[in-house]
Amino acid sequence: MKNTSLLGKMISHREWLLGAIIVLMLMGVGYIAPFFVTPGNLAEAFDDTSILIMLACAQMLVILTRCIDLSVASNIALTGMCVALFNVAYPDTPALVTLILSIGIGIVLGAFNGILVWLVGIPSIVVTLGTMSVYRGFVFLISGGEWVNAHEMTPQFLALPRATFLDLTVLSWIAIAVTLALFVFTRFTKTGLSIFAVGGNPKAAVYSGINVGKYQFITFCISGAVAGMCGYLWVSRYAVAYVEVAVAFELQVVAACVIGGISIAGGIGTIWGAALGAIFLGLIKNALPVIGISPFWQLAISGLVIVLAVIINSRSEKCGGRRILREAHQ
Amino acid sequence: MMNEEVLKHPMTKDIKDLPDNLNGDWRNKLMRWETLLMVFVAIAFFTNTQISPYFLDPWSLSDATFNFTEKAIIALPMALLIIARDIDLSVASTIALASVAMGFANTMGAGPIELALIGMAVGTVAGFINGWIITRFDIPAIVVTIGTMSLYRGIAYIVLGDDVYRSYPSDFAFFGQGYVWGVLSFEFLLFLCLAVVFGILLHKTTFGRRVYAIGNNPTAALFSGINVKRHRLFLFTLVGLFAGIAAVLLTSRIGSTRPSIAMGWELEVITMVVLGGVNILGGAGSIVGVFIAVFLMGLVTFGMGLMNVPGIVMSIFTGCLLILVIGTPIIWRRFLNARKMRSNSGE
Amino acid sequence: MNRPVLELRNISKTFPGVKALDSVELQLYPGQVTALIGENGAGKSTLVKVLTGIYAPDGGEILIDDAPVTMQAATDAKRHGISAIHQEAVMFDELTVTENIFINNQNRNIFGLLDWKLMRKRAKTLLEYLDVNVDPNIPLRELSVAHKHLVSFAAALSVSSSIVIMDEPTASLSHHEIQELYRLVRRLRDEGKAILFISHKFDEIFEICDRYTVFRDGQFVGSGGIADVTQDDLVAMMVGRTVSQIYPKEQTTIGDTVMSVKGLSHPSEFADIDFDLRKGEILGFYGLVGAGRSEVMQALFGLTPTSSGSMELNGKPFKPRTPGDAVDQGLVYVPEDRQHQGAILTLPIFQNITLPQLGGLSRSGFIDMAREYDVAREYATRLQLKASSLSENVENLSGGNQQKVVIGKWLATNPNVIIVDEPTKGIDIGSKAAVHKFMGELVAQGLSVIMVSSELPEVMGMADRVIVMHEGRIAARFERDDMTAEAIVTAATGA
Repeated sequence: MKNTSLLGKMISHREWLLGAIIVLMLMGVGYIAPFFVTPGNLAEAFDDTSILIMLACAQMLVILTRCIDLSVASNIALTGMCVALFNVAYPDTPALVTLILSIGIGIVLGAFNGILVWLVGIPSIVVTLGTMSVYRGFVFLISGGEWVNAHEMTPQFLALPRATFLDLTVLSWIAIAVTLALFVFTRFTKTGLSIFAVGGNPKAAVYSGINVGKYQFITFCISGAVAGMCGYLWVSRYAVAYVEVAVAFELQVVAACVIGGISIAGGIGTIWGAALGAIFLGLIKNALPVIGISPFWQLAISGLVIVLAVIINSRSEKCGGRRILREAHQ
Repeated sequence: MMNEEVLKHPMTKDIKDLPDNLNGDWRNKLMRWETLLMVFVAIAFFTNTQISPYFLDPWSLSDATFNFTEKAIIALPMALLIIARDIDLSVASTIALASVAMGFANTMGAGPIELALIGMAVGTVAGFINGWIITRFDIPAIVVTIGTMSLYRGIAYIVLGDDVYRSYPSDFAFFGQGYVWGVLSFEFLLFLCLAVVFGILLHKTTFGRRVYAIGNNPTAALFSGINVKRHRLFLFTLVGLFAGIAAVLLTSRIGSTRPSIAMGWELEVITMVVLGGVNILGGAGSIVGVFIAVFLMGLVTFGMGLMNVPGIVMSIFTGCLLILVIGTPIIWRRFLNARKMRSNSGE
Repeated sequence: MNRPVLELRNISKTFPGVKALDSVELQLYPGQVTALIGENGAGKSTLVKVLTGIYAPDGGEILIDDAPVTMQAATDAKRHGISAIHQEAVMFDELTVTENIFINNQNRNIFGLLDWKLMRKRAKTLLEYLDVNVDPNIPLRELSVAHKHLVSFAAALSVSSSIVIMDEPTASLSHHEIQELYRLVRRLRDEGKAILFISHKFDEIFEICDRYTVFRDGQFVGSGGIADVTQDDLVAMMVGRTVSQIYPKEQTTIGDTVMSVKGLSHPSEFADIDFDLRKGEILGFYGLVGAGRSEVMQALFGLTPTSSGSMELNGKPFKPRTPGDAVDQGLVYVPEDRQHQGAILTLPIFQNITLPQLGGLSRSGFIDMAREYDVAREYATRLQLKASSLSENVENLSGGNQQKVVIGKWLATNPNVIIVDEPTKGIDIGSKAAVHKFMGELVAQGLSVIMVSSELPEVMGMADRVIVMHEGRIAARFERDDMTAEAIVTAATGA
């Protein structure tokens, strides 16, 4: 059945609907607290949401292939702790090297998930539930449960994400660059197209010579790489590394994807959707204190939004489909 | 034509000549995993006796049961749910919600029995909501319960924030701390009784058979006239009720409620279930297996406690165990298939 | 004669319990259309999968231009110039037409990125070449079944290949579209491509093929020029005996109306379905794949809600809301997809047989296992099931015996009306005959059978009356005495 109503079209073009809701929310919050919509404050809110945006875009790729990566938050904590300890041990390392190192550690952690999914054939939910606690446990092992505090970190380690360029932080610019890069990756590379194919119809993918497991592995590596990079950025931005860094953050990442219209059944979704889903959650988080609601509401609101979003997704995905009777006959 | 058939399948016989083996080899196959688990239980038991001379003391053993009984009680309906191809990640959050509801009722002056009923009712409603959304809109259980996992705990945070509910009535402590007979605690006895009930429910009743049918092939189950949605809804509600029961026991045992109560328990419950031989993809598993797995996890955790291993390191163990118990049978099956193929082509 | 461009020698492929291909051979010549003929289960689809690198053969040689090659993956087939149009819908509904066409050979621009502008233009050209009027930018899911099929043609033609495999390409096409397809096949042939054309429709084999190769039960039976054989020769090679023996339909006395359906409609799948079913009758439903027959049957069984119309069963209004309602009132359904809808492959035979009537075999919820086993044994014996034990999982049985389990499970509920959807699809000849014989016995005992079938000989051999469906509506009705193959096919194709 085709959606001919305007609302139907909006729902089928999830990004527009979500974009409109975000603009409406901004107007609403701006009406109550005008300072919230000043460029400076918005830039700050964006900076605060940057990590979530990157993780959501990477998670989207995993979900496209009918998998899920619940270990991203533990990956952030472990990689963050690794680079923090590395920084303590080798204070002279340039920040860029640290960034590359964090990406490398992240890829290794992601690839471990990917190998178990691809070559062993364990369902991704089980693998990443397992590695979620394993990676988190390793943070304790390598740190001995101790914190690495701001005064132990070198200035250049701390400076990278905070430096500003054209009124936005480097962290924000990295998020924009990662989002654009992943957009180009999904739309204009063979690997990107294959990822959609694998999730859309795994059987047909095999017939087209596409190795399903290999592409699932690739998405886990990408998710791991982005999570690893975010591990450094997180520890550097908040200037502290400890065992509970980013606990339960994976739920927000998955929530951002679901809100952004990424189908958990695989094969459907866009980078813009994932990014807007993350911005939506970031907006709620930053707007709640402004309009006088306790931050304790945040968890429940994101839970409620996930549930509502999957219900709406399931409705819009069921439209369309095969029909035998011809239109003209009716 | 007959000859053709027989030639193609030299093993086959007419049904009339078949032995009446109700307890055929498919049962034996099922029992193998349970045997392996028993061996591990024995090893863990022996190791614990070596670590601590006090381990064999009846009171010490009784104390050991407290750290897994509440999780084990949720593992029973969770096993049925996973056999039926579903999963519920929101159980720990349901405990938090039910516990907060009890704490709130306590401030309004509810008695111990009322508190228990409220905890169970809240759990049941939470489970029903999961099941209703999942079956009504046909959405994968995993996303919905990830959502309600944040929603239920989120509500607990909204109600309680940084606060703690304490000062439960002294009678209420019986559920989680009371002893029925000698060293036998109330909650452990409850678990033993429920395990027997679930064993019968899954293995002897039409309901249990339908759960297996749904888990092996939901479409064919539907085409066989089974009301699949109603069964799934019932299972989610049942898991919710049992999370409520666990909330009553846990709250009574520790005597306080924080919104972070039972954090991460969903992982441990699911690990118990799959360690017990329940296939994470549905369709296979037994209550006996889950029962033994509960003891195995309890013994190992207790042993690590004796050696002063911190909780977070135990989670490494839990995570590895989860991956290993699911990965090993998959690799083993692939190995068997490869061997079968080779012997077939060798004919 | 010129050299074959592709030659298979002694190719074998074994699955657990089944020898799908047993030392078969095949030659394809440039500029010729070779028909691969065989019954369901003869090994045709397995051969296609071997040729396209999806299955690795256990033994034998594949030669292309006289040089041995190995096929490890689908990409190898592409490299060797083999492209295939598969029978099953192996396309991507969520991707656009262009993305589907170029799923495994894209154009890139100077930056190494995919050049969608060029690919859209090429897609347009290809679709024009095929005379298909679809927008290359829309998602595939918005197309009709026939158009999707043509897009898969475009995908196969987008790679320059010397060998084109077509696995039952006309199954879902209308008469007009089939004529278009023939033109295309001839054009490809004239361009010098070697074409493997898999079909079990004799009219099209004689219309466009130059050579034939026949398989039976996974074995090579014979090959040669089409001009040298008659249809009867081919049939004899396919089944290994003459056709008339296959359908043991006995004349039965047909009684009063058991079920009547009036004006049954669904918003998008079928409309205005009217028919009566009488006691002791086999009512055939014929039509092309996707004509809406299974959808109607699933509505009768309470699986699909209907928008209007009424039904009566045994003189009482019949409005099943779930399959359970239908079973309670004596109507059961043996679905087309045996492996996914019919049987639960990973459960034992006896549990499959007793599943629909567990309630009757239990006391206050507890299963009486001894009685359960007795019931299973009774029906397994009646259907001459071949198995090593009733506790064996259904997945270990041959296709024919799996079908017997599914039929047995429904007979055990003592129904009045049994709907069988493609009852002999993909099962071996022996079991096929057993299923047909059993259907004859059922109607002799006073049951009524609705048989959905796409096999014309089966419909004509077994049915007392035939209803032909086309695009969700009843196109024609035939009595046993006035049905002819031509009239039925004409009605089914809407010509």
